[in-house]
Amino acid sequence: MIKHLPALLIVIPLLVAIITPLIGRINRALSWYTATITTFISFVISLSLLKTVLEQGRISYWMSGWEPPWGIEYAIDYLNIFVLIIISFMAFVGAIYSKKNIDIEIDEEKKPFFYSVYLLFVTGIMGMTVTGDIFNIYVFLEITSLSSYALIALGKKRQALLAGFNYLIMGSIGATFFLLGIGYLYLMTGTLNIADLAVRLPEFYHTKAIFTAFTFLAVGLLMKLAVFPLHFWMPNAYAFAPSTISAVMAATGTKVAAYVLIRVMFTVFSLEFYAQAPFNIQYILLVLAVAAILAGSIMALAQTDIKKMLAYSSVGQIGYILLGITLMNTNGMIGSLIHLLNHALMKGTLFLVVGAVVYRTGLTSIENFRGLGKKMPFTMAAFTIAALSMTGVPLTVGFVSKWYLSVASIEIGMWWLVPIILLSSLLTAIYFWRIIDNVWFKPALGEEGLEHGHDNHRKPKSNDAPASMLIPTFTVAMLCLVFGVFAYGPVSLAEKAAMILLK
Amino acid sequence: MIEILAKYNYWIVIILLCTGLYGIMAKQNLIKKIIALNVFQTSVLLFYVSMSKIEGGTAPILLNHGHGVQPLFDNPLPQVLMLTAIVVGISTTAVALSIVMLIYRQYGTIEEDQILELNKHND
Repeated sequence: MIKHLPALLIVIPLLVAIITPLIGRINRALSWYTATITTFISFVISLSLLKTVLEQGRISYWMSGWEPPWGIEYAIDYLNIFVLIIISFMAFVGAIYSKKNIDIEIDEEKKPFFYSVYLLFVTGIMGMTVTGDIFNIYVFLEITSLSSYALIALGKKRQALLAGFNYLIMGSIGATFFLLGIGYLYLMTGTLNIADLAVRLPEFYHTKAIFTAFTFLAVGLLMKLAVFPLHFWMPNAYAFAPSTISAVMAATGTKVAAYVLIRVMFTVFSLEFYAQAPFNIQYILLVLAVAAILAGSIMALAQTDIKKMLAYSSVGQIGYILLGITLMNTNGMIGSLIHLLNHALMKGTLFLVVGAVVYRTGLTSIENFRGLGKKMPFTMAAFTIAALSMTGVPLTVGFVSKWYLSVASIEIGMWWLVPIILLSSLLTAIYFWRIIDNVWFKPALGEEGLEHGHDNHRKPKSNDAPASMLIPTFTVAMLCLVFGVFAYGPVSLAEKAAMILLK
Repeated sequence: MIEILAKYNYWIVIILLCTGLYGIMAKQNLIKKIIALNVFQTSVLLFYVSMSKIEGGTAPILLNHGHGVQPLFDNPLPQVLMLTAIVVGISTTAVALSIVMLIYRQYGTIEEDQILELNKHND
């Protein structure tokens, strides 16, 4: 049983996804319990895998007992497990949170199907993370993508449909590029197992075919990751999807794409490849990362809808993750991995808060946040913590990753990256300050007169989010602080992962 | 020259790939976009199947229980992989068509420019 945990991690949500609509026929409310319990089981399995990896190192599970490279291998090392814990936790939090959120954002009869597709999405992201076979990654990538198109299109406004459709087009192009890249790798080496590819590939590094393969793989993944010039699908997708889905997708979907990019860049390919490639790949990616960091923050400044603002801010944060990857040294990789965790926690919290605000007020404009500090104090406290963390204030997680990224930039002599990181943090502070100012220091719309004219005993009634939304939101927000102060745990895990990747 | 022309199936792959990409970008009609996407995905199927083909190779079936001389086999693996890719393509098309159906119900049109125009007015 314990031996088969890596397979069960995928099989359980997959099977439950299929039976959820049937359970929903008996009683619609049951589908929420099924989804929550299933994602909880996945989270527990991930924790137990973490324990195994820490004790014994890399786990290699052979699907149906076929020896790799012939059979499909599920390989879990320090890098996978780090990502796996983040995504299984956020999927679990999202499932709990969805109960109330779905009540208002999705039609009653669609609920069982929503949870079915949600579990398929979870299957896909976890499959991409644990598998050690590159074609398997493609299959799980498509499972993830197909379910996320459906989830986005479920949004209440009709714009959600077009957002879902555009994501479908962009996502399919990205995935097809990835598939073409795999084709070139297979053509040259005759293997699909990642560990085996890593052994066989170096002798072909100088060939054009392998360079083409890398280009296709990288462009396909950058599209999925929504790196700056390829980000067009993301703002609308996040803005019009149901709030739970915005939160879960922001916290897991792009993270898994980043993981696959790291895997392809540093396990399938290696540093030697970048040294002899005809173009300077590091510089190209570095330019993209810097452009994403600045453009994302600047575009976020211009938004009036909070969900769109958060989506553009994600574009900037993804730039940080890419920056750490392209620096290609240990500290950069640690910074990138820690930022993966941070961004999942921070953006997760922010979108969860927005969902709670939508639940109480039904609106997502920034103007609408005025005076919410008095109406929804706990929710807004969570928002403030996450916003501070996004800015990179010390004692929050955001500081840790920015610190590592800055140190790494100086280490390889690119000190000019430090002012860029600072500038972007400043811009982040500005666009979050607009909201925090509205939340805590301005009276609600239409109540300005009440504040000044009348006496203090007419306080606006506190009407915070329901507990099933507030508790998950607050837990994730607290983790932003916990990992900011006790950063040792994730950093040491990320360091081990970085050592293996950059050996 | 002959050597380049002899690889005609790879040329077809490239032509289909570019046709598909062009269609996706240039067409306003959402159904036409889906058709272009299908053409784009199909080119990859041809790419994989071409690379598995060996001159004079036959279907990979063991003759006489593996005894005696065996004929030259094509590589069956890329073909099997493409079965998966075909399934993925069909699912993508199914999801895309159902979204387009919903779009038609909501907007009364499947031309992208008209939909964007409607979005501008109603928001």
